[in-house]
Amino acid sequence: MSRMAATRDGYGDALLALAGNPKVVVLEADLGKSTKSLHFRKAHPERTVSCGIGEQNMLLVGAGLASSGYIPFASTFAIFTERAFEQMRNGVARPNLAVHLCGSHGGTHTGTDGSSAQSIEDLAIYRTLPNVVVMHPCDDVSTKALTMQLPELGSPSYMRTARNKTPVLYDGRESEIKIGKGIVVKEGTDVAIIACGVLVHEAMVAAESLESQGVSTTVVDMHTLKPLDTELIDKLAKSCGAIVTAEDHSIIGGLGGAVAEHLITTNPIPMERIGVKDRFGESAGSDEMLEMMELKSQHISDAAKKAIARKV
Amino acid sequence: MNITELEEMARKCRVEICKMVHRAQAGHPGGSLSEIDILCALYGSRLRVQPDNPDWEDRDRFILSKGHASPGMYAVLAEMGFISHADLETYRVKGGVCQGHVDMKWCPGVDFSAGSLGMGLSYGMGCAIAAKLDGSSRNAYVMVGDGEIQEGSIWEAAMAAAHHELGNLKLFLDCNRIQNDDFCETQMRMFDIPAKWNSFGWAVKVIDGHNMSEIVSAIEWMDSITDKPAVVIANTVKGKGVSYMEDNPAFHGAAPSDEQLAIALSELGVNA
Repeated sequence: MSRMAATRDGYGDALLALAGNPKVVVLEADLGKSTKSLHFRKAHPERTVSCGIGEQNMLLVGAGLASSGYIPFASTFAIFTERAFEQMRNGVARPNLAVHLCGSHGGTHTGTDGSSAQSIEDLAIYRTLPNVVVMHPCDDVSTKALTMQLPELGSPSYMRTARNKTPVLYDGRESEIKIGKGIVVKEGTDVAIIACGVLVHEAMVAAESLESQGVSTTVVDMHTLKPLDTELIDKLAKSCGAIVTAEDHSIIGGLGGAVAEHLITTNPIPMERIGVKDRFGESAGSDEMLEMMELKSQHISDAAKKAIARKV
Repeated sequence: MNITELEEMARKCRVEICKMVHRAQAGHPGGSLSEIDILCALYGSRLRVQPDNPDWEDRDRFILSKGHASPGMYAVLAEMGFISHADLETYRVKGGVCQGHVDMKWCPGVDFSAGSLGMGLSYGMGCAIAAKLDGSSRNAYVMVGDGEIQEGSIWEAAMAAAHHELGNLKLFLDCNRIQNDDFCETQMRMFDIPAKWNSFGWAVKVIDGHNMSEIVSAIEWMDSITDKPAVVIANTVKGKGVSYMEDNPAFHGAAPSDEQLAIALSELGVNA
């Protein structure tokens, strides 16, 4: 059994590890205990700004700090970042100020808090903003590794983390993780599953099942949705000839949308998308939610077979 | 600059505002004319900036949150030498530094890309916190309109700035009593505006926003407040200086015709 951890813990660890850079500041909107910025706050209260329950203000305080040479990391729940979307658009992305926004508790995997807390559109909306890098890592190791790279990025970013624990994939493999580069976690030749976040693990389970049925399967962790690793996608389109995307996010506009938008211009091979089918969630356990939303490994393997069957 | 010089600067800026909006046949003259005395007083008497080095890190910041009133800002930047008077002819023109709404990526001397109301005070708060972290004595000055304070985010910032005791954050409230569609009183009554800011923990002063001596004194008063954010609530007249624009909601966002421009220039002391 692999180690279990929540990606939000990787974010909290990274902030603390970045504290040696005196330009790093942390902004909170009363959810530091949840997003895990609290570790930084405890160690460096002088560089932590409480914005109260005011996300719109927080984003622009970050913009002001970034314009003055600081590197602000702002976090709240993914769903609450959305109420500051226009601040992110007009005050951060447009002037290209490197504010790093983290939305934790993303996706239906958030679970029993219910549909109001389950952001299923965050990746889609932030992906539409010029200059903004969008990430959704799958484990605490990659979350920490990606967050540690943000001070050098020089442009704004949005990262979704998850509330609940998932199996850890990258212990000891930090050096493989680079913003904008998808990771081939398993190689095969019949179909490629491109997943992000909590569904990377489900994709791995699906691949095991497919292999046992004689289907050679590639699994990619596409932790960065923007800029999208199109080179890798084109390579997979050629080597596998069929693609399945998998995300705990609306089927509209997220990873599936991004991959489809690219492939339609280069190599429109059969493709299936696993995602939340244009509906809201409800209160249930994480695994129950993935089952209810048809995001589990068996849904992914079924989609893989469907995509393969569509090959000419 | 002394008071007479500041008043002359404001007169020249008013002329440029009218010309810019007329040339573009679009834009926002009313709010530019109501804010201009304050902008001239601030730039001409107080703001620590270097027009030949607009990105100087330790400069005071000025954030025009009511970014549609950009002609006023551009006129002042030209008077100060951040941009040339020829640049003013690029207002709303493709490729010009004078974008429709003030934009820090386009225009030297602009500290914030505005255009969406309710954003500048939060941004100014970030600049003020950065100054404190740097151990710098620089200030962040912000200007918002009165209609603008109908945006809820203004009050998020107001509460947060007082909580953080940002004595280096200074706000001008341009109370010209008119917003896009009509008088504020019709669109959304704001009741006792000074009491609101006072109750949010700010130091508050109410002035006549067209009396240059009062404005300069108010800026000195603001700078004397160091333990909390300070707001100067300036009672102004929308369209001030041009008779047919004054107190007229139609000139929030409308350009004068050729004939109207001639009247405006004449009223502003320009010889034909």
